[in-house]
Amino acid sequence: MRFLIYGLTFLSMIGFGFWAYRENYETQAALSEVGRLQSDIGAARERLGVLRAEWAYLNRPDRLRELANLNYDRLQLMPFSSDQFGRIDQIAYPQMTQVTEELEFEGTVELSSNGGQEP
Amino acid sequence: MNRIPLRPLARILHARQVGENPDAIERENLRIRHEQMRDKARQRAEGRLLVMGVMFFCAFAVIGVRMGHLAGSEPMEPRAQAKGASIAAQRADIVDRKGRILATNMETHSLYAHPKQMIEPERAAKALAGIFPDLDEARLTKDFTGARKFVWVKKKISPEQKQAVHDIGEPGLLFGPREMRLYPNGKLASHILGGSGFGREGVHSAEVVGVAGVEKFFDDQLRDPTREGAPLQLSIDLTIQSAMERVLYGGMNLLNAKGAAAVLMDPYTGEIVAMASLPDFDPNDRPRPPVSGSPSDSPLFNRAVQGVYELGSTFKIFAVAQAMDLGLVNANTMIDIRGPLKWGKHRIRDFHYYGKELSTTKVLVKSSNIGTARLAKMVGATRQQEFLKSIGMFDPTSIEMVEARTGKPLLPQNWSELSAMTISYGHGISTTPMHLAAGYAAIANGGTFIKPTLLKQGSPQKGPRVMSAETAARARAMLRLVVSHEEGTASLAEVPGYAVGGKTGTADKPKENGGGYYEDKVIATFASMFPAHDPKYVLVVTLDEPEENTGGEARRTAGWTAVPVAAEIISRVAPLLGLRPDIEPVQLAGITLASQ
Repeated sequence: MRFLIYGLTFLSMIGFGFWAYRENYETQAALSEVGRLQSDIGAARERLGVLRAEWAYLNRPDRLRELANLNYDRLQLMPFSSDQFGRIDQIAYPQMTQVTEELEFEGTVELSSNGGQEP
Repeated sequence: MNRIPLRPLARILHARQVGENPDAIERENLRIRHEQMRDKARQRAEGRLLVMGVMFFCAFAVIGVRMGHLAGSEPMEPRAQAKGASIAAQRADIVDRKGRILATNMETHSLYAHPKQMIEPERAAKALAGIFPDLDEARLTKDFTGARKFVWVKKKISPEQKQAVHDIGEPGLLFGPREMRLYPNGKLASHILGGSGFGREGVHSAEVVGVAGVEKFFDDQLRDPTREGAPLQLSIDLTIQSAMERVLYGGMNLLNAKGAAAVLMDPYTGEIVAMASLPDFDPNDRPRPPVSGSPSDSPLFNRAVQGVYELGSTFKIFAVAQAMDLGLVNANTMIDIRGPLKWGKHRIRDFHYYGKELSTTKVLVKSSNIGTARLAKMVGATRQQEFLKSIGMFDPTSIEMVEARTGKPLLPQNWSELSAMTISYGHGISTTPMHLAAGYAAIANGGTFIKPTLLKQGSPQKGPRVMSAETAARARAMLRLVVSHEEGTASLAEVPGYAVGGKTGTADKPKENGGGYYEDKVIATFASMFPAHDPKYVLVVTLDEPEENTGGEARRTAGWTAVPVAAEIISRVAPLLGLRPDIEPVQLAGITLASQ
């Protein structure tokens, strides 16, 4: 009996040791994976920051104003003024003929199973 | 346990035989036994103390070693915690009210040298001086060949410069990652943003700290890692700010002014939608503070928040509104304006002769100093002080900039009746244009004082009431007449569809060394709101030493200088703010001009 208890204790000790060893290595692997992911996230954030800064730099009002001036011949952009406000009833209702013309397709159109209907 | 008997029979018998006292043997044995017990207890206690000592030593040794390790090692990002992933160590961005970037960060590099590792220090110094023209070759050579082990060469270098330095091929020249603050819009809103510099610097990183403006005011918040890089959202609108700065710059040049300031504010929320002060600077390359001359001439000086000026007749509306609020006069009460008005040896005069008497409305429309001085006399110095205090004219503005506390109003030391009379038309009290905007906002929003703020607000502020809503409405109607009436001083401010109401103010500039005022230098101000019947925005424009020379003689009054600039700003900015041109209601709160 005593031999059995000793044996079981010894075996369970070996088992726990093995388990702890494996857990330790898995944790280490997970941590290094987390570290790698975080450095990826950091690098992505940095790229994103650079892109956002570049976007802001390219869209700065001074540059847009200069571009509008340079391209005045083609775009004819002027500063927004109060006489450009319109009322909704100043907009003509689109005529039906235009709409039907636009709806005519050339050739066949494939529809996906979600949007398509059986003929 | 093996115990020695206290009365061993052999020794007792022997003692009886020789006639000794057997009790002595017992006492002797008892003594020996007690000594043994005592020795044993002491040994055990000593053992316990030793164990305790060892345990304490171990515990303190562990703590000490750990502390030493923490102090001596480079800080590491915590990786095992789940929350660690969201820590953003960067300084937070600053964005405008629509989320457009005003300030952000860029990765760049710093350049430093380890002269002991250098192979050809002289060649490296020469090549560096070739790449960076601002570096001195002789000084670099001295640094590289001397006893120093570490030399900073450049704090920030561009990728091209980095490649060029790399191509020198000198192993003693090293690069460190460095974060720098970038203001992509250049000079735009420079006074609001302020600027930033480096705090504690290391080879691997450097602290970016704010040095002025909101960057400094919100420094802790911007650097707080627990906010996870959430941007700081200001109330500024980039488009409006840009349009306003451009018009103001044009106006300043056209009118030969030395400087200019403008504040555009929402009178309900207190949000500053745009604020400009010219001349300005580029926060990416913030100039050093001037060491000589007047600090107010430096581009770093924010005229809108730091500059305290006598803002002249723009203050008249406060005297008129208070007199109406107290029930002393109404809009049609006739006021004696015969001059000059004498008080002691002082005389108060009007700019022109306006007749013997004018209605309260006309006193404001024609800007009569004598008329408002009489109103101030009726109100009295004490009540005037209370009123001006309630609209924030006594303290620096609470706007979120470090410079704001330097804009402390200048008040008379002894608030006599004469002071009350001159202050009623804006002389003897010096405030910033921001103070004036807050005061006009109280009239615009129906009589409550609100604090101007640079942070985006979700809802209107609930400030203390400083005048009744009816008084505010009447005051607005009067301000509208200053612009719309043909005799008004601000008739050039008429912008079709936007019903501008406002008051001009032209104040002579005091001489820097004291001793009176300049005769040919003025501060011209126009404080306005639009549309006057339902104000959505308050605009204050101030020009420093303007001069309009298109006529025969130089004209400096605000009506010819600040007013047209303000009108141009409104006509440019109002559509951008989404205000549709509107037809003004015909009857303005029952105001009629009685003296017509």
